Amino acid sequence: MRALTILSEPAFGLTVQRLCRQLVEDRGDLGETALVGLHPRGVFFSRRLRTELARMTGKADITYGELDITFHRDDFRQRPVKAVPGTTLLNFSVDDRRVLLIDDVLYTGRTIRAGLDALMAFGRPRSVELMVLIDRRFSRELPIQPDYVGRAVDALNGQHVHVEWLESDGKDRVTMTRDEQ
Amino acid sequence: MSETLGTQHLLGIDDLTKDDIELILRTADGFKEVLARPMRKVPSLRDLTVANIFFENSTRTRLSFELAEKRLSADVVNFSAAASSTKKGETLLDTVNNILAMKVDLVVLRHQDPGAAVFLARNTKARIVNAGDGAHEHPTQALLDAYSIKEKFGRVAGLKVAIVGDILHSRVAWSNVLCLRKLGAEVMLCGPVTLIPKHAAELGVRISHDLDEALRWCDVANMLRIQMERQGGGPAYFPSLREYTMLYGLNRERYDRIGKEVVIMHPGPINRGVELSSDLADSAESIILQQVENGVAVRMAVLYLLAAGLDRTGNP
Repeated sequence: MRALTILSEPAFGLTVQRLCRQLVEDRGDLGETALVGLHPRGVFFSRRLRTELARMTGKADITYGELDITFHRDDFRQRPVKAVPGTTLLNFSVDDRRVLLIDDVLYTGRTIRAGLDALMAFGRPRSVELMVLIDRRFSRELPIQPDYVGRAVDALNGQHVHVEWLESDGKDRVTMTRDEQ
Repeated sequence: MSETLGTQHLLGIDDLTKDDIELILRTADGFKEVLARPMRKVPSLRDLTVANIFFENSTRTRLSFELAEKRLSADVVNFSAAASSTKKGETLLDTVNNILAMKVDLVVLRHQDPGAAVFLARNTKARIVNAGDGAHEHPTQALLDAYSIKEKFGRVAGLKVAIVGDILHSRVAWSNVLCLRKLGAEVMLCGPVTLIPKHAAELGVRISHDLDEALRWCDVANMLRIQMERQGGGPAYFPSLREYTMLYGLNRERYDRIGKEVVIMHPGPINRGVELSSDLADSAESIILQQVENGVAVRMAVLYLLAAGLDRTGNP
């Protein structure tokens, strides 16, 4: 199986930095912004963003949370999926905040749909925007689009995008593989 | 780490493996977090219907199950024997089949006869959760007790738990012994000779007839109620309640004499002033109300994990 590199290690770092700058450019000091990463894989991205944004803005107290969507999935009982939740850590009210939902890959949009549903259990945010590292275009099953994209990828059915993180996989990179015919 | 239960029903702790129990406790952590949210509800069971069938009185357990079901967005129907056709001679199986004919996916059953839940599981298609069958088992109580111990101490393995009181008639005691032993805790049963089952020591537990000795030994004391309703009209098991309280009742004076901290638990309902004095029941040493709170999260975990095994088409 041949892996095609989408983001190499240097490009990966630059992409994360670019997204942070874009966010600061749009939102200034991030005072009303809350970063919310989605379990299980989105939290690697959101933790990285938090660190990078803190370095960039000098603000150590960026509002930050992590959300597990296990109980909000729409495919519960349809296919064997992970039933045991990760840890939700959201110790602030999302009322009137500008929430930035963060995930690694946007594919069908169903995870984000569940994430929105789970988020609303914590209050009524002023707005919600979506940041993803990889946007797999033309594969959406729901009308959900990202506001911030690291890299857009046009992948066919049978192709798989893998996002690897230093913290869990030993290396930062994004690759694509294809099922053997 | 396993992600699915090894059983289709929760009939008793006896059927669960250590992995099953740990899976339930881990899942309950997630629901405990859900219950702390401003909106304490998730949609997981929104397409399922749960029937709570109670042939025996219960306030806490029924309420706890009903809350758990509602927090999971299930539709809930309640049935209690007092208001039912059983009074008119209908059998258990008929009653339940009638309810199942109305397309119920899960049944929470409490019944005065040991084995009622097993009987139903064998003869109907729904998933059964045993909410107490006679003096046999009360698995969700044991699970929430284990969860509460784990929450308090950070672990269950290696802890010493004394279960005190009417062991003979107690389904809570039996389920607790099985659950705690599977999780690696040491268990001591303490009570009058007449209220300890004859061959209890074969379960791998210690036996004591001296409460002070039990208290000095244990980290956790689970105080049980005297089950007057199960002691029947035969010869008395002990001379008087006053004597029982003197020998096996826990009060502040006795507690202070132990000289160390023992966590006090009680499955409820408490007979204040009999097995446990009022001030201790409400003291910082007691985790009785945490048990009740955890009960909802643990029951959500059980229902959720059982539902995960149900086919979406409704076929079991």
